[in-house]
Amino acid sequence: MAFEPNILGIFCNWCSYTGADLAGTARIKYAPNVKIIRVMCSGRVDPQFIIKAFSKGADGVLVAGCHPGDCHYIEGNYKTMGRIPILKQMLTQFGIESERFRLEWISASEGDRVAEVVNEMTEQVRKLGPLNWKKETDTKDLKHS
Amino acid sequence: MPPKIGVYICHCGTNIAGKVSIDGICEFAKTLPNVAIVREYKFMCSEPGQNLIREDVKKKGIDRVVVASCSPLMHEKTFRKACQDAGLNQYLLHMANIREHCSWVTEDNASATEKAKALLRGAVAKVALLEPLENKEVPINPNVMIIGGGIAGIQAALDIAESGRKVYLIEREPSIGGHMAQFDKTFPTLDCAACILTPKMVQVGQHQNIELLSYTEVEKVDGYVGNFKVKVRIKSRYVDIEKCNGCGDCWQKCPSWRVEKPKGDKKVVHNALTLGPPKSIYMPTLQAIPAVPVIDKESCIYFKNGKCKICVKACPTGAINHDMQDVCTEIEVGSIIVATGYDLFDSSKMQQYGYGRIPNVLTGLEFEHLNCASGPTGGQVLMENGEPPKSIAIIHCIGSRDKNYHEYCSRVCCMYALKFAHLVKEKTHAEVYDFYIDMRAFGKGFEEFYNRLLEEGVRFIRGKAAQVSNEAIYPEEEGKLVVRCDDTLLGRVRRVPVDMVVLCPAIKATNDAAEVARLLGLCHSKDGFFAEKHPKLAPVSTAIDGVFIAGCCQSPKDIPDTVAQASGAAAQAMSLAARGSIEIEATTSVIDEDICTGCRICNDLCPYHAIEYVLDKKISKINEALCKGCGTCTAACPCGAISAKQFKDNQIMAEIEGVLS
Repeated sequence: MAFEPNILGIFCNWCSYTGADLAGTARIKYAPNVKIIRVMCSGRVDPQFIIKAFSKGADGVLVAGCHPGDCHYIEGNYKTMGRIPILKQMLTQFGIESERFRLEWISASEGDRVAEVVNEMTEQVRKLGPLNWKKETDTKDLKHS
Repeated sequence: MPPKIGVYICHCGTNIAGKVSIDGICEFAKTLPNVAIVREYKFMCSEPGQNLIREDVKKKGIDRVVVASCSPLMHEKTFRKACQDAGLNQYLLHMANIREHCSWVTEDNASATEKAKALLRGAVAKVALLEPLENKEVPINPNVMIIGGGIAGIQAALDIAESGRKVYLIEREPSIGGHMAQFDKTFPTLDCAACILTPKMVQVGQHQNIELLSYTEVEKVDGYVGNFKVKVRIKSRYVDIEKCNGCGDCWQKCPSWRVEKPKGDKKVVHNALTLGPPKSIYMPTLQAIPAVPVIDKESCIYFKNGKCKICVKACPTGAINHDMQDVCTEIEVGSIIVATGYDLFDSSKMQQYGYGRIPNVLTGLEFEHLNCASGPTGGQVLMENGEPPKSIAIIHCIGSRDKNYHEYCSRVCCMYALKFAHLVKEKTHAEVYDFYIDMRAFGKGFEEFYNRLLEEGVRFIRGKAAQVSNEAIYPEEEGKLVVRCDDTLLGRVRRVPVDMVVLCPAIKATNDAAEVARLLGLCHSKDGFFAEKHPKLAPVSTAIDGVFIAGCCQSPKDIPDTVAQASGAAAQAMSLAARGSIEIEATTSVIDEDICTGCRICNDLCPYHAIEYVLDKKISKINEALCKGCGTCTAACPCGAISAKQFKDNQIMAEIEGVLS
């Protein structure tokens, strides 16, 4: 049986989540491998979420936010733009290929882009194979609220 | 005590049930931790659907609710209200989007069902950790600000002012009136634009509830619904509004022109057809409101080399002052209506039509100016050499319906092309050739107007013109502009020689629409127009509570539709003002005093300056009224002192684990 990538999507409420809704309204069909959760701003995305995702079985993580300059909260996505690449570098050193972790800017009117990105990423991750990060990161030592 | 979760699966007719196995999801839901009840219903958002939730909360002790249905952006409010009505805190609800994000976008049923299960598991995991939250009630400032003084802004201002409330009308040009004030006649009634607009403009100028700030720009918008603080800059006209009596001596005597003067053979300058005096001190039109001139700094002799001031000497009241400064002020309002209008597509981008390169090629707006009785030709249709044309071509869809420029249809051009054709027939003996792709005559009186034109002898050619050239191939084309088109009804390519060409350029978002959007936090769609909350059911509200849009800034439309939208936006603003107070979402962030180390990393991160450092405790504190709940500070805090309510770390992590396992 073909390997089906298990990918987490973290989408910001104002642009990318709405864009994904638009893809739905337009009935654009795309790969079912990305499960989307909603945050208010991509700036909310804590690097811990990504690590948690990989340690809980994600083969890939897709973070989506508003285009730079269009953040509903003015600057949140600039913080994301700073955090994600640094995390990516760190993760590649742990053996997580850079194609498994992706940051995209998707506006509320770009339903087709959601489909495009999901399809593309699904295929890329499928080629890479399952991550199988069996070692469960002990999150007790990391901060909790 | 463990939570008692009620799970409600919606069929949404066949929208979900037709793709996802409802039975499969229900069985699966029963296996999830803390789930006490699982129900399914055809339309959860309906009254009986909501009642299922209410009854279970009241009678079965359900204290957490998961609705697996459409997007929360669609019905989160609906289900939150249902919970609240039943006595359950509205924030103890979470939704699994198994429609927009699942049944509507997945090809095969099995995958869709598996995805729905994953989304549901995530929702159930998160809802177990949600905490009750209370909305804050804030007072609403009943004043309204309207940005843009065209017909949309004017209509909205009058509607609100007549209700007894105060309106600040901000207009960046020296006079209100917008594009409509530049029109000659309006379709399909052929009303004189100035005649129907000017009374409204005067009413705005005189209304005791309208404070008109003309020649003013909005520089910053802070705050939130009911409590906006707007910084504006009132630009200096160099004429004192209070002292000016509108006599006009200044511009009559002013020796310099701010636009190109006709010279030699060029008797009419088509791209400089001013409707008011063309001088450096001027009014945009003679019906300007406020009826006070303004000095164009770029062309004014005094500003350029320190000499002249003839206007100062001419002015009987001493109203002119070249040393006037801009005035910056802050205005507090409860809601804002954005009515900033449109700009025209720059036709010179399409070189094949010769605009800006070949004489006697005009845009629709320039042709309007030419036809205006208050223009330099007194309303006569004249070529650049001052002669009336013997033939005119009107070309539709310049930049519209074009994948290379603007894919959309600009909606009004077919009708104004017909209007132009009529005006030309009325005023001259010229032949009129109208080159169209389709004739869009959809509105009230439009088809009848089209039929009338068909009988006036206008030559309609169905085929978009490909090119306008001044290079003659045949003898009859000498000295003429040649329109080359594919006449689809005749089935051949034609060359039509004419004296003058009028282009119908696309209506596009204003050149600085992106900046305006940023000021207010508005989204804009791919084509640059401001995004409405919902394209069908909420065309004048936006994603920002308290900010409304009206007119062409939302999408191209004609005057009746603009006026209707303006009244709609005004009604929404008035409804907000009438409420007196409003509930603000409780989803703000909060800093735990005991954990905060006072590192202050969060202080500068907040775009709303909502985080302050408390000196005596040496920790940071979030001002709830200013916090918008983006969570950026939460992600940055190195010791986990900040929680973003409804989006706490543990809640999100649980949802992540749920959707992945």
